[in-house]
Amino acid sequence: MEEIIVADISHLKKSFGDNDILKDISFKIKQGENLAVFGKSGSGKSVLIKCLVGLIEPDDGEVVLLDSDVSKLNYDELNVLRKKIGFLFQSAALYDSMTVRENLEFPLRDLKSKPQQEIDELVLEALTNVGLAEAIDKMPSELSGGMRKRVGLARTLILKPEIILYDEPTTGLDPITSQEISQLILDIQKKYNTASIIITHDIECARIAANRIIMIKDGTSIAEGTFEELSQSKDDFVRSFFNIKPSHEKSIG
Amino acid sequence: MDSKKTNPSSENSFGKSLKDFFEEVTLLTLFTIRFFRELIKPPYEFNEFLKQSYLIGYKSLPLIAITGFIMGLVLTIQSRPTLAQFGAESWLPAMVAVSIIREIGPVVTALIFAGKVGSGIGAELASMKVTEQIDAMEVSGINPFKYLVVTRILSATFMLPILVIISDVISLYGAYIGVNLQGDVNFNLFIVKIFDKLVFTDIFPAVIKTFFFGFVVALLGCYKGYNSSKGTEGVAIAANTSVVYASLMIFILDMIAVQITSLFI
Repeated sequence: MEEIIVADISHLKKSFGDNDILKDISFKIKQGENLAVFGKSGSGKSVLIKCLVGLIEPDDGEVVLLDSDVSKLNYDELNVLRKKIGFLFQSAALYDSMTVRENLEFPLRDLKSKPQQEIDELVLEALTNVGLAEAIDKMPSELSGGMRKRVGLARTLILKPEIILYDEPTTGLDPITSQEISQLILDIQKKYNTASIIITHDIECARIAANRIIMIKDGTSIAEGTFEELSQSKDDFVRSFFNIKPSHEKSIG
Repeated sequence: MDSKKTNPSSENSFGKSLKDFFEEVTLLTLFTIRFFRELIKPPYEFNEFLKQSYLIGYKSLPLIAITGFIMGLVLTIQSRPTLAQFGAESWLPAMVAVSIIREIGPVVTALIFAGKVGSGIGAELASMKVTEQIDAMEVSGINPFKYLVVTRILSATFMLPILVIISDVISLYGAYIGVNLQGDVNFNLFIVKIFDKLVFTDIFPAVIKTFFFGFVVALLGCYKGYNSSKGTEGVAIAANTSVVYASLMIFILDMIAVQITSLFI
C-alpha cells in the first residue's frame, strides 16, 4: 500500500538574533505515524513545531503539511489548514474564562449551521475519548494538571485533525499520569489514524507512543530511528538520553 | 575642562529612547490599521461584542455611578462659598451643570474607565498571551485579533459615552443634593436653572469626545496586552502602562477637543 506523506519538513532554519536555534532540520511523517522529537531543554523543539503551524516564521526551509506549503499560504488559507492540525500546548492553554464545554465548543465556532445537539455530541465524544465526560461543566481552574492536559487533548481532537502536534505532553505530570497521557496518544493514533509529532524529553512517553524518534542537538538532527534502534546507539549523546552510560565510561568501568 | 563635552552614554541612552519611542508609535499605528481592517472584514463576532459590552459597560456602572454622585456633590459644596462671595449663589446649579457636562464628567469618567477597563483589558490579554491562550486560538484557525481585540475596542468605544451620560445625570443629582444641603431649591427649579444655561454646544462635543476616549482606552489596553512580553512581569507592565498611556491620551485628546470645539462657539 502506498504511504501517504502528511508532513514534509526540509532544511528548516530559525535564529533569534545571534542565537541559531534551528540550523538544518529535515524530516517526513507518514499518515498514521507517531514521531517523537527528542532533545535537551532549550534545543529548539518547541520552536520547531511552532514553525510548522506558522506561529513562528522560519528564516529558511520548507514546511509542507497536507500538501500545502505553509510559507506560501495567506492568513485565511493558513487558518483553513490549521483546522486540520491539532496542537496540544505544554500548558494545555485552556481558556480560563470558559467552562470545559465552552473550551471544546470554541474551535467549532465555524460550524454554526450544525444543530446544538450535534455539537453537544461532538463535545461529549471528545471528552469521553480522554475519560473526562464528568468534567464537562467545570472551569479550568478546578482541574488538576493531568485533567487540564486531557481536556486540552479533547479540544485538539474535536475537529478530528489529520496531524496532531504535542508540545511536551507529559511535562510536569507524575509518572502514572504521564503514562496515561502517553497511552492516550497511542490510542488516538490507533482510533483516528492520525499522524503526530510529539515534542518530549520523556523517554517513557517516546517508548509507549512513538513509532520513530529523531534527536535534535545544537539545532540539527543527529539521530533517527525506532526506540529500540536508538537505545542501542553508539553515540554518547543519544545514549545519555536512554540513561545508558557513555561507551568510554562503560569500558573504563 | 570643556563644559560642552557631553556624556556619550547619556547620548546613547537618549538615542535609544528616541528610537524606542518611534518604534512604539509605528507598532501602535500598525495595530490601529489592523483593527480597522479586521473591523470591516467578515465574519463578525457579534455575540462576543455583546458579551464585552455587558462586561465593559454594565459591570462598570456601579463604580461610575458612585464616583459621579460624589463628583457632583463635592463640586457643588466646594463652589458654593466662592459664588456666595459674589452674591451669585443662584448660579450654582447652572455653573456646576456646565462644568460637569462639558468637562469634569467626561474626563473623570474616562479616567476611572481607563483605570478599571484599560488595566483589565491589558492584564487579561497579557495573561492570555503568557499562558499561550492566544496562540491556542490562532492554531484552532480562529482569528484572535478579531475575537479579542476588535470586540473589546468596539465595546469600549460605544460603552463609554453611555456611561458618561449616566454619570452626568447622577452627578447632577449629586449636585441637587449638594445645593439642598445649605439651601432649599426644589427639583423642578433646579432642572430649569440647569437647562437655562446649558446649550447644545455644551452637550454634543462633550459626548462626541468620549467615543474617542473609549476607543483610545481599549486600543492601548489591547495593544499593551496583545504584545506583552512573556512572563508574569509582562502582565503587570501591560496593566500598568495601559492605564498610564490611556490617562495621558485622554488629556491630550481633551485638549484637542477643546480647541476644535472653541472654533465653533
